[in-house]
Amino acid sequence: MTRPVLELKELNKSFGALHVTKNVSLAVNPGECHAVIGPNGAGKTTLIGQICGALPSSSGDVVFDGENVNGLSVANRALRGLGRSFQITAILPAFSVLENVALGVQAKAGHSYRFFKPAARDRDLNAKAEHCLDLVGLSGRAGVRAGDLSHGEKRVLELAIALAGEPKLLLLDEPMAGAGPDETARLVEVLSDLKRQTPMLLVEHDMDAVFKLADRISVLVYGEIIASGSVEEIRGNPAVREAYLGTEEGV
Amino acid sequence: MNGIREIMRSRAVPVILFTVLALVPVYAAVFDDRFLMLFATRILILAIAALSLDFILGLGAMVSFGHAAFIGLGAYAVGILAYHDIWAAWISFPAAILVCALFAAITGAISLKTRGVYFIMITLAFGQMAYYTATSLSAYGGDDGLTMWGRSEFLGTGLFENDTAFYCLVLAILLAAYVFLKVLAASRFGRVLKGAKQSEARLQAIGIDPFGYRLAAYVIAGSIAGIAGALLANQAEFVSPAYMSWHRSGELIVMVVLGGLGYLHGAILGAIAYLVFEEVLSHYTQHWRLIFGPLLILVVLYARGGILGAIKGKSS
Amino acid sequence: MSATLLAVQALNGLQLGVLLFLIAAGLTLVFGVMDFINLAHGVQYMLGAYLAVAMYQVTGTFWGALILGLVLSLVCGLALEFLIFRHLYDRDHLDQVLATFGVIIFVNEAVKVIWGAAPLALPGPALFDGSIQLMENLKYPVYRLALIGSGLAVAVLLYVLVTRTRIGMLVRAGATNPDMVAALGVNIRRLFMIVFGFGTMLAGFAGIMAAPILSVEPGMGDNLLILAFVVIVIGGIGSIRGAFIAALLIGLVDTLGRSMATDIARLLLPPSAANDVGPAIASMLIYILMAGVLFFRPSGLFPVGRS
Repeated sequence: MTRPVLELKELNKSFGALHVTKNVSLAVNPGECHAVIGPNGAGKTTLIGQICGALPSSSGDVVFDGENVNGLSVANRALRGLGRSFQITAILPAFSVLENVALGVQAKAGHSYRFFKPAARDRDLNAKAEHCLDLVGLSGRAGVRAGDLSHGEKRVLELAIALAGEPKLLLLDEPMAGAGPDETARLVEVLSDLKRQTPMLLVEHDMDAVFKLADRISVLVYGEIIASGSVEEIRGNPAVREAYLGTEEGV
Repeated sequence: MNGIREIMRSRAVPVILFTVLALVPVYAAVFDDRFLMLFATRILILAIAALSLDFILGLGAMVSFGHAAFIGLGAYAVGILAYHDIWAAWISFPAAILVCALFAAITGAISLKTRGVYFIMITLAFGQMAYYTATSLSAYGGDDGLTMWGRSEFLGTGLFENDTAFYCLVLAILLAAYVFLKVLAASRFGRVLKGAKQSEARLQAIGIDPFGYRLAAYVIAGSIAGIAGALLANQAEFVSPAYMSWHRSGELIVMVVLGGLGYLHGAILGAIAYLVFEEVLSHYTQHWRLIFGPLLILVVLYARGGILGAIKGKSS
Repeated sequence: MSATLLAVQALNGLQLGVLLFLIAAGLTLVFGVMDFINLAHGVQYMLGAYLAVAMYQVTGTFWGALILGLVLSLVCGLALEFLIFRHLYDRDHLDQVLATFGVIIFVNEAVKVIWGAAPLALPGPALFDGSIQLMENLKYPVYRLALIGSGLAVAVLLYVLVTRTRIGMLVRAGATNPDMVAALGVNIRRLFMIVFGFGTMLAGFAGIMAAPILSVEPGMGDNLLILAFVVIVIGGIGSIRGAFIAALLIGLVDTLGRSMATDIARLLLPPSAANDVGPAIASMLIYILMAGVLFFRPSGLFPVGRS
């Protein structure tokens, strides 16, 4: 039995009287894509905040790569290999595509307190950045200003930036949000290539994409995991159908 | 081809700018124009300060409204040492830098913990603190300021005494500061600063906490503004709390924005434009501010790119 | 230091605190609701004083000057809002800072042109002439007590407005979550105009009330504006309660600090050094206080939870 990359143990979060995350426990194993689905307001955003370190948990543990990371900041968790994409794309629009990724490489390398060598002509940074762009199929757009990319390309760029940090886990917050059908198809393709190397925790609304990518699915409703299992088990679970699929089917 | 053109275009303005500045003493010598020499020296000194402000404001989006405090601290370091009969530039200039770096490190560490309007108000408040502290230094002239009966000395060369030599010294320091900051901006460090301006969340997510980088930039900018202050004390042979009034800080921001934010040489252009404009306008009326105030509002509302924005807009 | 002197300084501090509160109250609401930084707010304070002096010349009474001065302050404030500020709400802070800085430059100069650079005076109302015997050896001018009283009355009025009325509720909600208020179908622009106009009047009121005891001169609002910023930072942006407490705190600390610092420094230093160091420390005191508060409470003493 291999050790999980990420393990949430009895995680809770309350804002005053509002109990948003209730005893959430789940694990992401090497080589797997674990999807978390749930209707709007299920507490997915809060859960992601707790995992990446933006929100302190009220109780419970986040164990990443065998280490309890509860007290660590967002930046520290990222350096330990927690790569992420945002629900609302967060790229650096004024930088070129290559520079966006090169900054990720630079962050991973650690020493950004380098004052004199021009970063744009740094071969090490650029070579690694180009490799990451290659992985997601964005090499052809390296010189483009990131803000000028199409929406779908921006989402792919986010993945490349995350990959530059050589992540041990990708935390993907609705990567398909706002993407058209073609773009979604491309993203699914890129992600299914990636998941062989990098395990993922995928939070997503697009059920087709989830069923294509996920090895395991957990269903979050009102901050609680009401079911967890393989794609088939979740599809067949009547409680899930009622709580989630039933309400979302028309969407 | 395009790349070369791009470089030519991006380098053309600063190259022309510094060439013209280097020719000013020649012109002044030919036409025996002492006023021009003195005026140009003052412009370049303030350009150094504006340049340092652009480094944090333009590149790092830190709207510091207390930058004049560093000019004042640098000036007071030189003035107070001179008061105690220490005239050697190799003592007073490092002292000015040190004082400013220290002040920047302490106030920066507090104000950079905050964002947005908080940051603006806090830098403004710390600037005002420096101002009031200077006015209460009764031993060093208090409100009235401190007259220096001479200028700094550099190994007995009289570098500071001769108007033309002093201008050249100031220009050399401006050029050095410009190149230094340009190199920093292009480095890994500069990339982090520019990235943090665009999306702090993204930087956190790749594992960079921008705080330390911003603080380092703040200290660097403060130190350079301190050099400008040390030069200003020598130029005016006078040190006054008025150097750090918050109107001065506001004027520095105006210079930076007027020139074009984030290009560094834009700040130099802005300083020249602002001070020449003030000089010309105040010839016509002592109430030139009646014209300048509304003009500034119009620039903000309708001409955000500044001078460099206008140049760029034409060429592309 | 005698108890009498201490009492006088405490009253002076209270008076400064009240003035600061009147200026900071409008400013903090404008920040809170619109995230708009208005450097020209100090100008409103100055305009209040000047307009009152002008209206005194017309009406010949303090009360006429007060009422007409308030009305004209409001008119000036709304004119500035209409002509300039409303074009800045969607801009970044840097633009707001620059444009309102332009307003300061213009108005300070315009005041000089119209009324001259020399300080003017506004006679106080005859009703509050003279002094009151508060303690043995302590007489305090009635007008100053009236100023403190009127400031406290405004504070109570504001508190009632903000906590008990519909507008107040919207203002509080707007400071916490402006998008939500807009989504509720409230005309946020109109709400802001009301808040802004109100803030302008408060600043003008402060200027008018200060005119009989301070000299009326160009730039008189600039330094008070920065003190008001310190108040807002300490109190927490958008919080009336925070502004009130912080204003009194700053007023007292600054005034008492200035009167006592030299004496305290003398306990530790030789007299000549103490005479130099004391005032320097005193003038830094409120900024050190601000730094201290920020260190422990980065969003001020009474943060308004903006999500």
